[in-house]
Amino acid sequence: MSAALPGIVWRRRADAAFRALALLVLFVALAALGTLIWDIVSDGAGALSWSFITSFSSRRASQAGIWHALTGSVFVILVTTVLAVPVGVAAAIYLEEYGGRSLVARIIELNITNLAAVPSIIYGLLGLGLFVRMMGMGRSILAGAATLALLVLPVVILSTREALRAVPKSLREGSYALGASKWQTIWHQVLPVATPGILTGLILALSRAIGETAPLITIGAVTFITFAPDSIWSPFTVLPIQIFNWVSRPQVEFQAVAAGGILVLVALLLSMNAAAIWLRDRHQKRGTW
Amino acid sequence: MKRVEFLIEWGLFGCALLSIGTTIGIILVLTIETVSFLRQVPIADFLFGTEWTPLFATPRFGVLPLVAGTMLVSAIAMLVALPMGLLSAVYLSEYADERLRRAVKPVLEILAGVPTVVYGYFALLFVTPLLQAVAPTLAGFNALSPGLVMGIMILPLVSSLSEDAMRGVPRGLREGSYALGATKMQTSLRVVVPAAFSGITAAFILAVSRAIGETMIVAIAAGQQPRLTADPRVPVETMTAYIVQVSLGDTPQGTLEYRTIFAVGMLLFIGTFGLNLVSTWLRERYREEYA
Amino acid sequence: MRAEAADRPDLPAKVEVDSLNFFYGAKRALEDISIRIKPNVVTAFIGPSGCGKSTFLRTLNRMNDIIPGTRVEGRVLIDNVDIYGSGMDVVHLRRRVGMVFQKSNPFPKSIFENIAYGLRVNGMAGSKSELAGRIEECLKQAAIWDEVKDRLDESALAMSGGQQQRLCIARALAIRPDIILMDEPASALDPIATQHIEELIYDLKQAYTIVIVTHNMQQAARVSDQTAFFWLGRLVEYDRTERIFTAPSEKLTEDYVTGRFG
Repeated sequence: MSAALPGIVWRRRADAAFRALALLVLFVALAALGTLIWDIVSDGAGALSWSFITSFSSRRASQAGIWHALTGSVFVILVTTVLAVPVGVAAAIYLEEYGGRSLVARIIELNITNLAAVPSIIYGLLGLGLFVRMMGMGRSILAGAATLALLVLPVVILSTREALRAVPKSLREGSYALGASKWQTIWHQVLPVATPGILTGLILALSRAIGETAPLITIGAVTFITFAPDSIWSPFTVLPIQIFNWVSRPQVEFQAVAAGGILVLVALLLSMNAAAIWLRDRHQKRGTW
Repeated sequence: MKRVEFLIEWGLFGCALLSIGTTIGIILVLTIETVSFLRQVPIADFLFGTEWTPLFATPRFGVLPLVAGTMLVSAIAMLVALPMGLLSAVYLSEYADERLRRAVKPVLEILAGVPTVVYGYFALLFVTPLLQAVAPTLAGFNALSPGLVMGIMILPLVSSLSEDAMRGVPRGLREGSYALGATKMQTSLRVVVPAAFSGITAAFILAVSRAIGETMIVAIAAGQQPRLTADPRVPVETMTAYIVQVSLGDTPQGTLEYRTIFAVGMLLFIGTFGLNLVSTWLRERYREEYA
Repeated sequence: MRAEAADRPDLPAKVEVDSLNFFYGAKRALEDISIRIKPNVVTAFIGPSGCGKSTFLRTLNRMNDIIPGTRVEGRVLIDNVDIYGSGMDVVHLRRRVGMVFQKSNPFPKSIFENIAYGLRVNGMAGSKSELAGRIEECLKQAAIWDEVKDRLDESALAMSGGQQQRLCIARALAIRPDIILMDEPASALDPIATQHIEELIYDLKQAYTIVIVTHNMQQAARVSDQTAFFWLGRLVEYDRTERIFTAPSEKLTEDYVTGRFG
């Protein structure tokens, strides 16, 4: 029984070559990430210092700091959260629990899927035309946060829906059978169980928002600012814009400063993720047994 | 009690309608300014003109150089992201064991999550000098460097969407192929990928849309010289980078220059929205095939 | 000597169903069902799987309403009120007609909160001591008080399957229903837990009207006073349990209870 299949040797070799090629691709991806990390860290580690974090921007690289951008980023993200979370969760609840398969619900769903893929700079144009000019918010934190809120809304809605969908049907049935109304069931049973999933989606959305540059440039976040923002109406800048500004300068000294800024941005991103994961785990231990 | 329930439902519905409001808002804002723009610039000049110099003394408003810049960088990005992304997806879906998958997935997720300014920095200050060492004719600002980096950034998107599509192919199809003595490569390339074709195509289209809409990598590394060219070694300007350039300046509201960013934005929006619709339609059709 | 309420034709029917037809979309799942269920009696619905007995049970508290695309024709009267009539408040109906599910579904909360929830949403909670008293009362009724009285604040999910099911029964009892519907309440339980449930049903009969769906014929024979046999969406025979299992009128019934098919 040793009749070899025709071409089997060649086919096995092709299979092995294909496998190697695919692994090479994965290796390239890994190498790219590694190189990126190494490049940033080696360029920027030198610039990191306490004075870097707490100083304001300056025309001189050696005195440039990131405090205004850091506070700007944190402030904007907070306001974005306040704006996006209630609306996003409410919309998701409607679509998942009330909307069903009605035509209106399907149109809204389709619309949200498309909005999720619209380039972020278009949201910037929307914010410029609507919030900054038409509604007269000016180039303020509020305008920036409102723009970002619209940007992350589709992500919040989609991930909240998934979290709601994951709640077992038997939970809802048990509640209805006791004579609870739809909203009582949602508020007391479904939402508490879905909250960890909702928080995860929120982390995703805000992590994206914190790295967003283009829409905020478009609505007029300034690139040279010498004070930390003090209210939602004040002009502002954010970390990615400040990094962009430094990268764009021809002087070589600003490269290191830009890399330092990137490290601060990444640190902020990581700590946001860590805080949210902690929040989610804590809720999981306490609330959902 | 019933009243309260009724009000709550309508409140939730209102929030859901807000998303429609966003789309309407985008269309309205873009249309109003574009219409104003087109009152002063004939649409044929805009769409077919080959010189884009709106800030010069004798302004020209032909958008083709910006479109060309966008296409060039996106094409380079797709040359990287599509084949590599698909290969990665095939490997992860058909070959890789659980351990490898668990090691690779986070890497891809991180690559997808890196803020685009960081990629821009990387492209300008690392990749470009590196490439210049190999090809000295490469200009400091060019299309090649941001194109390559953008490709790496979009690779995870192609990989994960294609992998989802392939995972949707029923196991019976693969088993039939193996039972006939086909190797894994033959089964993957000749059975699974074709079966997942519309899902994979949807992923590709979404990737193109993402590349076209990308802003910061090109704003940092591609340059600000609109040029109608296919040469990846010279500076170009994309549609998105132009919008950033004007926004950084002091263009007052209501001027023609101000309106150009909305006209360009409108073009960008129509292009990506159209691509996204096709992608969604393809994905729905794919789901029907195998649901 | 069991009080044979079933033998007293002068008692008005608690539940009266008239020519009920039920549709999932275009498909008819229940055909022309008519039955009168007496109060303070245990009625069992038996039949092969897919015969519609669970679907019919769920029409009695309108649980099928939450499934989209379902339609009901005919009348279901509880205490002479058509529950599908236009003025019917479904929330109120479900307080009076309680349900226990096949797979126990305690909420992911404490034992105390599981019971308190039903009381709160129906506005029956009262003061803290009233609430605690009510909870103790129904846990005793469900014969589980002794096992949980020291751990009311612990998670309900930490209990065994049989205990969870008795908790679900207590939860249903707390809001003082008239009728309790049970959809295969013991099918996921071991024999000892099943025995507890069956004893519980016997005790509860004094104060409540119970309808139980079961695929276990011996259980139906042990526990019920009246039995209804369903087949392919139709009610084939409905009589006293003894009669159904020893001398049924329909051949189909006889074939089923003797195990010739099922």
